[in-house]
Amino acid sequence: MDARILEELRAIVDGRGLVSSPEELHTYECDGLVNFRVLPRAILLPTSVEQVRSIVRICHQQRIPFVARGSGTGLSGGATPVENGIVISLVRMNRILEVDFPNARAVVEPGVLNLDVTARIQHNEFFYAPDPSSQTVCTIGGNVAENAGGAHCLKYGFTTTHVLGLEVVLPDGSLVHLGGKTLDAPGYDLAGVFVGSEGTLGIATKSILRIVKRPECVRTLLAAFDSTNEAGAAVSGIIAAGMLPSAIEMMDNLAIQAAEAAVHANYPSCGGLLLVELDGLLAEVESLMTDVNGICRSNGAWEIRIAQSEAERALIWKGRKSAFAAMGRISSNYIVQDGVIPRTALPQVMGEIQRLSQEAGLRVANVFHAGDGNLHPLVLYDRRVPGQQEAAETLSARILELCIEAGGSITGEHGVGMDKKKMMSKMFAEPDLVTMQRVRCAFDPLQLSNPTKIFPTPRLCGETPGEYTPHPLESSGLAERF
Amino acid sequence: MDAAAQSHSAALLSSLRYKLISFLGPEQVQAASAPDVVAGVQPKLVIVPGSESELAEALRLVGDAGLTVIPRGGGTKLCWGNPPSRADVVFSTARLNEVTEHAWADLTVSVGAGCTIQTLQETLAQHGQRLALDPLWPAKATVGGVLSANDSGALRLRFGALRDLVIGVTLALPDGTLASSGGKVVKNVAGYDLPKLATGAFGTLGIITRAVFRLHPLPRNARSFSIGTKGAEEARRLIHAIQNSKLAHTALQARFENEAAPIVDILFEGTEVGLDAQEAHLKELAELASLTVTSPDIWNTRQDLWSFAKPEEAAIAKISVLPVEMDKSTTAIAKSAKVRQLRFKTVLQATGIGFLRLEGDPANLRFSLQDLREQFESNAGSLVVLHRPAGMAPFDAWGSAGDALPLMKAVKKQLDPGNALNPGRFVGGI
Repeated sequence: MDARILEELRAIVDGRGLVSSPEELHTYECDGLVNFRVLPRAILLPTSVEQVRSIVRICHQQRIPFVARGSGTGLSGGATPVENGIVISLVRMNRILEVDFPNARAVVEPGVLNLDVTARIQHNEFFYAPDPSSQTVCTIGGNVAENAGGAHCLKYGFTTTHVLGLEVVLPDGSLVHLGGKTLDAPGYDLAGVFVGSEGTLGIATKSILRIVKRPECVRTLLAAFDSTNEAGAAVSGIIAAGMLPSAIEMMDNLAIQAAEAAVHANYPSCGGLLLVELDGLLAEVESLMTDVNGICRSNGAWEIRIAQSEAERALIWKGRKSAFAAMGRISSNYIVQDGVIPRTALPQVMGEIQRLSQEAGLRVANVFHAGDGNLHPLVLYDRRVPGQQEAAETLSARILELCIEAGGSITGEHGVGMDKKKMMSKMFAEPDLVTMQRVRCAFDPLQLSNPTKIFPTPRLCGETPGEYTPHPLESSGLAERF
Repeated sequence: MDAAAQSHSAALLSSLRYKLISFLGPEQVQAASAPDVVAGVQPKLVIVPGSESELAEALRLVGDAGLTVIPRGGGTKLCWGNPPSRADVVFSTARLNEVTEHAWADLTVSVGAGCTIQTLQETLAQHGQRLALDPLWPAKATVGGVLSANDSGALRLRFGALRDLVIGVTLALPDGTLASSGGKVVKNVAGYDLPKLATGAFGTLGIITRAVFRLHPLPRNARSFSIGTKGAEEARRLIHAIQNSKLAHTALQARFENEAAPIVDILFEGTEVGLDAQEAHLKELAELASLTVTSPDIWNTRQDLWSFAKPEEAAIAKISVLPVEMDKSTTAIAKSAKVRQLRFKTVLQATGIGFLRLEGDPANLRFSLQDLREQFESNAGSLVVLHRPAGMAPFDAWGSAGDALPLMKAVKKQLDPGNALNPGRFVGGI
């Protein structure tokens, strides 16, 4: 990228909106997954959709790859910059443009923080349901890219459930509107395809969100078991009884120790801790809570607590939501894994994780969204011990293979990004991946939008408008054209 | 088509028929007849592949021959959409009808596209579960057809539409590719969400051969109520009050018919204590309005719209409006019906999705549909025609797809470059 292009870009965003000094660029060299680091050529911080379009148009003309970025909290390297590319940070586009209570919609820019949506609407007893653990700092734009989940998606669904429409700048700079304020707009559900596409189909500059009325009451129960297997059996009992709690979370002993050390959540010390939250009508919830209590007892729970106040409930959740960061208290380094298994495979997969952990001589702490089988094993290691990091990475990858073997998925909410590209061909067959990439070619024939993510073998699109120029990936022998 | 093209096409078809017979067996390749007509267009052949791979291979043969394909499940919604620009071979999914795996403890099911909704629900009910969806004509409608047409009923308010229930799909493409996406677990963000792309694509991108759904438990108990109102404005206010309350209702709809006063229906599901509490709460909200316990049949109102006396004088449309504009929309319908001398019946769900039947002179029906589509579209909504009388002048079933139409065409071109699948039936000529 020559200086002239840099000046053109600077002119679009004014002085404050361009970062290109090497020291400052380092801030953006990685996201929440720090073992992938690439220094971009420049960071652009647009303040309007028109600025985003102008930047993307230049990228398109000059064949410059770009990576959109929110707060950079992603855990799969989805916002890792691309070599010789630019990063388009959306954090300055952070306005909540419209709140429409009668229709239960909110229209927001991509840089709005997840929790700020709820903060804006809670006076009217509404909330925005997707609640990733990073919700105090992560952006809606990033949530849309990753189809972020959270503890409460068991009942309320994922980001994709709550995105009704999108304004998107396509990789050629054109602007399209996918979905809308009303349901079932005629045509393909491209908003459904865009959410979770990890920034590979364009940049969302506006999202129409569904907001949700707060239920009459929320009850949170903590149950202590001797093992995760017993806790898991209780989860199956709850589901088999026909209940749909808003959240069912599980932590093992190591995770409990870490959370206690970090935020003093006052959890009972046990082998398997279950957190069950029910919400809805008071009478209904109280009656179901009695059932949950009974199911936990009959599966071996020896201590059951129900949060008696909002403060107690908040503390219970604080312990759970800070569990990843809390690992720092008990280990100098750790890998956060994100895999999904059919819930019934839990005892078998847990047993296998334990065996692998012993074999590798590494501790694994486990935090689960147990209701939907989403595991977050945390592999603990010490970087200073030679060979331990590699062993941890191998163990972490092996856990994902266990998930695939059990009929699950390599990621439930963190995304594929850089981290799990190689695992994609273990989960999907070649025709599956080629078909996805054909869809990608419809959005981004030049493959400029976050080009190095998701797919293990990038394939270039058959038809490219204009004069043929070899794609950088093609020249370097990393991709083939089809 | 001129005579030379016709003879070329006949030769192609005859050679294709031979190939299909040698590969599928003679019983599975039949000449199409009058009941196979698709929105007025007569196909030539009907084939019934026995497996996903057979279907994909047959699709490749038809695609290679440059002929066109009409995917068909139970055939209940074949007259939806625009007439195909060409229809050569009907692909029936009737033999892909197996419930492959009901992982009841994991609340998921994997099922062949040709399985009827009723068979699926009966299988799921054996373990006290259901696909929380109430599509039209469940005894005949198939998984693949319901997905392709994106048909959902009143349960959508609580459980979402198909896009929220489908977690995996296998698609056969015209080049013979069989591609799976999504998976067997509810929570999964690996790869693009192609199950959502296939949902509502009207069979124009590929043929759905299999789907995986997330399931819900059957409700312990259910109660339905109807509330009489004085007019559209009161119906809207009541629905808004219910939506804005702490009630945890499962379905909520309003019925409008000619000069009759609108009626609001609500469904509660859950424990007996919960239902008692909800009923008491509802009585407070409804105040003076008349509240009666009603039969669950009330939730078939949408399907009953198709029980018309004279199909040649009736049109049915799916409308989508902002929930808050319910009264404005129904007033517009009543006004248009009056001006055009039509009878009307509408059922509008609290989600803003509604179904409208207009009856009367076909020319007037067309005017009215046109008026209403303009009004709804100017307010972020839409009107899609599901049934139109044979005598009505051509009228696009879909309306505007907005500024994303070129992108939709690009997606179509990527997956079906030869335009073999349901050509001309979808939005913007796709």
